[in-house]
Amino acid sequence: MSKPLKQIHLAAHFPGVNNTTVWSDPRAGSHIEFSSFAHFARTAERAKFDFLFLAEGLRLREQGGKIYDLDVVGRPDTFTVLAALAAVTEHLGLTGTINSTFNEPYEVARQFATLDHLSGGRSAWNVVTSWDAFTGENFRRGGFLPQEERYSRAKEFLATANELFDSWHGDEILADQETGTFLRDAQAGAFVHTGEHFDIHGRFNVPRSPQGRPVVFQAGDSDEGREFAASSADAIFSRYATLEAGQAFYTDVKNRLAKYGRRHDQLLILPAATFTLADTDAEAEELAKVVRRQQVSGATALKHLEFVWNRDLSAYDPDGPLPDIDPDVSDNHVSQGRAQVRMYRDPLATAREWRELAAANNWSIRDLVIETGNRQNFIGSAETIARTINEFVQADASDGFILVPHITPGGLDEFADKVVPLLQEQGVFRTEYEGPTLRDQLGLAHPDDVRDERVAS
Amino acid sequence: MSSTPPSPLHLAVALDGTGWHPASWREPVSRPRDLFTAAYWADLVAAAERGLLDFVTIEDGLGPQSSHFLDPDERTDQVRGRLDAVLIAARIAPLTRHIGLVPTAVVTHTEPFHISKAIATLDYVSTGRAGLRVQITARPNESAHFGRRTIARIQAYDSPAAHEVVTDLFDEAADYVEVVRRLWDSWEDDAEIRDAATGRFIDRDKLHYIDFEGRHFSVKGPSITPRPPQGQPLVSALAHDTVPYRLVARAADIGYVTPFDADEARTIVARIRAEQNAAGRAGESLHVFGDLVVFLDDDPAAATARRDRLDALAGQPYTSDALIFTGTPSELADLLQELQSAGLTGFRLRPAVAGHDLPAITRGLVPELQRRGAFRHAYEADTLRGLLGLARPANRYAAAATA
Repeated sequence: MSKPLKQIHLAAHFPGVNNTTVWSDPRAGSHIEFSSFAHFARTAERAKFDFLFLAEGLRLREQGGKIYDLDVVGRPDTFTVLAALAAVTEHLGLTGTINSTFNEPYEVARQFATLDHLSGGRSAWNVVTSWDAFTGENFRRGGFLPQEERYSRAKEFLATANELFDSWHGDEILADQETGTFLRDAQAGAFVHTGEHFDIHGRFNVPRSPQGRPVVFQAGDSDEGREFAASSADAIFSRYATLEAGQAFYTDVKNRLAKYGRRHDQLLILPAATFTLADTDAEAEELAKVVRRQQVSGATALKHLEFVWNRDLSAYDPDGPLPDIDPDVSDNHVSQGRAQVRMYRDPLATAREWRELAAANNWSIRDLVIETGNRQNFIGSAETIARTINEFVQADASDGFILVPHITPGGLDEFADKVVPLLQEQGVFRTEYEGPTLRDQLGLAHPDDVRDERVAS
Repeated sequence: MSSTPPSPLHLAVALDGTGWHPASWREPVSRPRDLFTAAYWADLVAAAERGLLDFVTIEDGLGPQSSHFLDPDERTDQVRGRLDAVLIAARIAPLTRHIGLVPTAVVTHTEPFHISKAIATLDYVSTGRAGLRVQITARPNESAHFGRRTIARIQAYDSPAAHEVVTDLFDEAADYVEVVRRLWDSWEDDAEIRDAATGRFIDRDKLHYIDFEGRHFSVKGPSITPRPPQGQPLVSALAHDTVPYRLVARAADIGYVTPFDADEARTIVARIRAEQNAAGRAGESLHVFGDLVVFLDDDPAAATARRDRLDALAGQPYTSDALIFTGTPSELADLLQELQSAGLTGFRLRPAVAGHDLPAITRGLVPELQRRGAFRHAYEADTLRGLLGLARPANRYAAAATA
């Protein structure tokens, strides 16, 4: 059987404040100057990528009670950079991570509706939640939200924002200079929301934007997070970029759509993916090893081991064996402001497993962290990478990838020049943008059309 | 007096929709259907930059515009709806090179942490041209948009209860500015070290907790955004009375005031300078700008006729907190220089009709002031602080560390 080839979606993740980003490389530029963001966005647009993706953090990370200093530290305000990037690009989608815990719906809805107007319909919102009192120390309400309520707040936050976006229908502004009627409807923007987390009413003051609502991304991986995505998101920023894990996640999430009356093509699965590109596969393998050692210095290796051990390991030799002592399983974690420590649900078991792995392979602490950390997802020549990406997408491991280069701002340039043309030759990636809005590139219907479709069916 | 050449004055323009007159959108030159596009704002700011103006401010609000002071209205004959001002400024920044960008931020319901990093980022995307105008709101409907607090309804403006509400909101604004400014300084300029030998990207001793604890909020810090190019982007506020004068005197780089003549200007400036001294800022530069609404035409009768026509369309005479000037560029230049001699250092002009009065400012008023030696002939600095003659300030935490 031959089904039609899927079109691949590609996005560019601006290198983040973690050890994937290699700041020590001589080619590494500023992580804060606008010229870096402009360079990165222009490369993505030159390569006809769907969108640029910006992460967000609202408190600098700490470990052992001190600000973490081994990775890139510092980033700009998400909305402000995306609005500026709208001025130097024409088609590229602009996706920003915005927290639903330390914001209010009226303000965030204004900002996304504004960004959508100012970009001609290219805005997208990666809705994330947090609850930690650590981040809350920077905000009016502090750490107010119990962990178990974070998804209920996120869901209600998004639903409330959608009510605000929908409070204007798009035909209210007449602006008839002759008759003097500016608004067709005196009640434009009227809304009332009464719920568990928000009790607000009044008039929204940004008229309907080109996309109606921003495209909505979701990134959480828990069962609740997957249900949230299946019910409410247009795309998932997932962590499963390998073939088998990708297929399992893809199947799981797409199968959740039916109960919300949604089709498979109404939710895109886009894992984050790293890559190492060289002239030949062998050279790429060698380069990938070098990059991994740049990403995991001895000092970084010890800090990463602390994520599991949850105690100060600075006295250990990163080139020596793993600690004999067991992890501290108390509630207070040595690392703050970092979501990934939650991945280790049973630190004692992880430590046991890692000690066995290290012993069997004769690995040092640094070797272990490198080998168990994220190996680059795609390693090889341009041909190999293009072929692999296409195979993964056609095999429903994903609908495309959000590529995370390790160098700022030029880390995407070579991919754009060498891999993208091969995908275009295979007819699986666009050579021209489909239309002016991000929904056009992603093949997502305008929310008004979705509503019409549901009413009709 | 007349023998000494006048010192240059500073000029800003306050952008608000199609202009400050509520019927401005009905003028043929206005583009009311384009109000929600980037191109509209890009064109206005480009015009202001061609006129060598110091900066533009952009109005904002957390609810629809209204003809009432405190409550929303049901009018359909005026512009309603607006875009977020910080994002408009960011969208315009890469398209301009010299002009300052000063969006309004309502401080009553928003987070100082978010605004601090947003303006710091605006400073990065504009390479040193960002400012901020802080504004409070006592509107009950805007509180209801957030649902987090109720603000006592102001019944009579001169009542003690009203005074208490306003004082409280301005106290919160002062705390807000303090947090925003501390966060801007929470990274020392050379905190990013990229020291390959030790593997450290930053020297964390050069990052500082701000540990602000106030009545309305506590903020730990440091900012997630490094210290912006200007160190401290410009902070400004509109002020009509003692309480806001105090905010300006304590926390701002520019206060916008609304005198109706030179005597009143002298009085206001004296009050602000007294508050400035009381706040221990006597040695610091603090600009006091006069706010004026302008109807500007080469023929004074044309300006008056235009104002009358717009008033007729609006159904009532336009009133304002600020002086409404109607006349020629030369007459306006006379007035500005007279007010300048009373102690004002610049002006924020509110074009009655943006599409008409902004070009009249840049093509009429600016050349007139240039002829008088009272306005720049070219941009003399790359940053907004530079245009306003403000030095790049030392970092309060670096100073503390070396002291």
